[in-house]
Amino acid sequence: MTRLTINDRDVTVASGEDTPLLWVIRDELGLTGTKFGCGIGLCGACTVHVDGRAIRSCITPVAAVAGARVTTIEGLDPAGAHPLQKAWVETQAPQCGYCQSGQIMQAATLLKDFPDPSDRDIDAVMGGNLCRCMAYVRIRKAIKLAAAQIGEHHDG
Amino acid sequence: MASLRGPDPSAAAPASPARRGFLIGAAGAGFVLAFARPGALLADPAAAVAARAYEPNLWCRIDADGIVTVNIIRAEMGQHVGTALARILADELEADWADVRIAHVDTDPKWGLMVTGGSWSVWQSFPLLSQAGAAGRIALIEEGAKLLGVAPSACRARASTVSAGGRSIGYAEIVRRGNLARSYSADELKALPLKPAAERRLVGVDTQAIDVPAKTDGTAIYGIDAKVPDMVFARPKIPPTRNGSKVVSIDDSAAKAVPGYRSSLALEDPSGTVPGWVMVFADSFAAASRAADRVRVEWHSDDTAQVSEQDILDHGAQQIADPAAGATVFDDEGVDAAFAAADSVLERTYTTASVLHFQLEPVNALAFEKDGRWEIHTGNQWQSLILPTLAKALGVGEDRVIMRTYLLGGGFGRRLNGDYAVPAALAAKALGRPVKMVLTRADDARFDSFRSPSIQRVRMAFDPAGTVTAMQHDASAGWPTQVMVPAFMPKGRNGAAYDPFAIAGADSWYTVGAQRVRALSNDLANRAFRPGWLRSVGPGWTNWASECFIDEAAHARGVDPVAFRLRLLDGKGRNAGSAPNAVGGAARLAAVVRRAAEKAGWGGPLPKDTGLGIAATFGQERDMPTWIACVARVRVDRASGAVALEKLTLVVDAGTIVHPDGALAQTEGAALWGASMALHEGTRFVDGQVQDTNLDTYTPLRIGDVPEMDIEFVASTEAAVGLGEPATTVVGPAIGNAVFAAVGARVRHLPIRPDAVREALAGNRA
Repeated sequence: MTRLTINDRDVTVASGEDTPLLWVIRDELGLTGTKFGCGIGLCGACTVHVDGRAIRSCITPVAAVAGARVTTIEGLDPAGAHPLQKAWVETQAPQCGYCQSGQIMQAATLLKDFPDPSDRDIDAVMGGNLCRCMAYVRIRKAIKLAAAQIGEHHDG
Repeated sequence: MASLRGPDPSAAAPASPARRGFLIGAAGAGFVLAFARPGALLADPAAAVAARAYEPNLWCRIDADGIVTVNIIRAEMGQHVGTALARILADELEADWADVRIAHVDTDPKWGLMVTGGSWSVWQSFPLLSQAGAAGRIALIEEGAKLLGVAPSACRARASTVSAGGRSIGYAEIVRRGNLARSYSADELKALPLKPAAERRLVGVDTQAIDVPAKTDGTAIYGIDAKVPDMVFARPKIPPTRNGSKVVSIDDSAAKAVPGYRSSLALEDPSGTVPGWVMVFADSFAAASRAADRVRVEWHSDDTAQVSEQDILDHGAQQIADPAAGATVFDDEGVDAAFAAADSVLERTYTTASVLHFQLEPVNALAFEKDGRWEIHTGNQWQSLILPTLAKALGVGEDRVIMRTYLLGGGFGRRLNGDYAVPAALAAKALGRPVKMVLTRADDARFDSFRSPSIQRVRMAFDPAGTVTAMQHDASAGWPTQVMVPAFMPKGRNGAAYDPFAIAGADSWYTVGAQRVRALSNDLANRAFRPGWLRSVGPGWTNWASECFIDEAAHARGVDPVAFRLRLLDGKGRNAGSAPNAVGGAARLAAVVRRAAEKAGWGGPLPKDTGLGIAATFGQERDMPTWIACVARVRVDRASGAVALEKLTLVVDAGTIVHPDGALAQTEGAALWGASMALHEGTRFVDGQVQDTNLDTYTPLRIGDVPEMDIEFVASTEAAVGLGEPATTVVGPAIGNAVFAAVGARVRHLPIRPDAVREALAGNRA
């Protein structure tokens, strides 16, 4: 039994301690927005936040996040209206959409660390998130759009 | 060449307006708009609709609240297809876009052929959806006019409202109060006025795609998200060879220590789809996956366990060397005589490596029996292909199997082949309870219907003046269509059947004198694995050969590659084009070549070791040409051989563009697929298996690898053709030709690896 917080909800999960967090989230907690892509931490589709940092849930045993705050795409914004999510719609970034939960979760921490990211910052931080549809042009555009909107909000 | 629309084009293009009447009939609290089945009683549309005597694979309904629902039989896999299709109909219907809904449907015989591939969806549906919308608009205007007490000619329809003078009535009210029931014979339907292009209000105008918001907040549901109570999870043990392995023994003693592990089972498969498969069951996928790692299976395998990539290429080379082998797609008179009489002949051989689909959602399926019917929950691109196989595997009639529709976490052709649904169904039958099977990434790669390696020989004959007098293009590769749906294979000029999707592209629009195109089925490949359709299919390799070769021929003649192409694109003879799909013919290809060269600064100064390369193709098929040209700019590091792709300039003439932003997105993605396959992907088949099975060694293009891209669409009102794949076909050869322009290194194998560039440079020095 592992206790953790998922999207601001305290839960105790029954999955074995070495079960990857991804499968606890998807199969035990029923939150399917987080996706399974490669299983070895190299595609980023399973990206969630643990205490605000982006991690790959497919290679993180659930025991490693005992007591931590886990946030999935479903919990990023109560209305699904995080500036990144709005920018993703505005730029029509998703194609098949399968990687996009992970892209958005990764981008959310990118913007925390680099509120006005350069192309190199984006390449460096987003390089671990594969988009097989290759919607990269719009992912970059969406990140910059969201950064600008967050910046405006803070400046205003 | 023969039509690529399959042996019966009408099977793929749902309802040919030339042969079908049209019905509008009451259904529930609304009306159905649909093409009529042949023989339907057009005199009584209500009875005909009640009897479902309509061609239902293409219908929409309009309800008493004015909501227009368009049924979509195409899979949504990133192309926003429902949005594009619904806008075609809604435009002619003059519906308010806010009132339009789409419904992605489950399988049902009433839908006819269900397939999503070939960049066909918009091209096939456009004429039909337009006519359906026009028929509906005219009926709504006629009924609206009656209710307003004016003549129909005094009315116009806009945004779901019919108005005349200062008065108007909404579609919802017309549906409630009017009688829209109509029938049109095929001739009457044909005579209905379609709106002129200048009157289009949705087609060609941007909108946000209906499917996008759910893909940003985790609510989009893919096949892998499907669940039912009491399901058991399964992960397979993939046998050592695709087609000829048998289970000798299973030892699950080590798996028993895994909490939640249930059992392991060798599948008995009457359909022969998954020979040698063992399923490992557990209470969760995590447990099933872990247990599968601990289950030991001994197999007896066939001789393909010793087959490798080079064996397949060597076999193809032997086939090419045999002039009697294969199917001729073009075989003009005088080819051999022209080569015999030639002043000079250029001959080159090109190869391409195996390529994985690597759609990000690994294949999966949930299967169970409910109320005497088998339900298969999975994302799929060609339901009509796998349903008979599922029925055979389960030992039931096809009417006992239904596939529930889900979003696809990438298609790219992998899910045209629904083989992955079969083991889930067999397991559910064996266990007598729902089984949810998920493949790990490595399982998925090993079970992929990957793109076959190919080998091609291209020859060109010149007279003393340097004029091209003959050309021959021979291509050997594994043939997906032969392996999975041989009935789709047309016959060549010599009577031999061939896979049209594995040779398309070689039948070019260049005027090259006497032309021969020969397609060879690499039977060793077909036996050793299950060749698949992968985004752009044959044109992904045939154009690598033909467009690199044209470049080599230009340089051999001392002619600029753009000028050489334009000279051959004279639009004469069979290259003049024809209505409705290829109006303008080669002249339209020449136009995009000129425009791409102009935009990219062709002929201008460039930094050291930097070069521009051009390629031009017609997308997927001669019968559905998407005219496209690409200029790639690369910089080559002579020391390492590394190729840096700096810019892609693409000019696309796809006729009428329905959803401009969606078209741009498809072209961006397709072009980057081309770049990824040219520089970042590619695997090798080694001893019956692909060598690369995950991202540790298989390395598709990432965000930092994206070049600058300049994409332009030609403004056109010609027939709308495909956009999902054409850009993929043109980028690889443009890059190869740019590498040559940059440093003089000619690379003839795809993907382009640094060592191949270094070797080519060393060869130049030697």
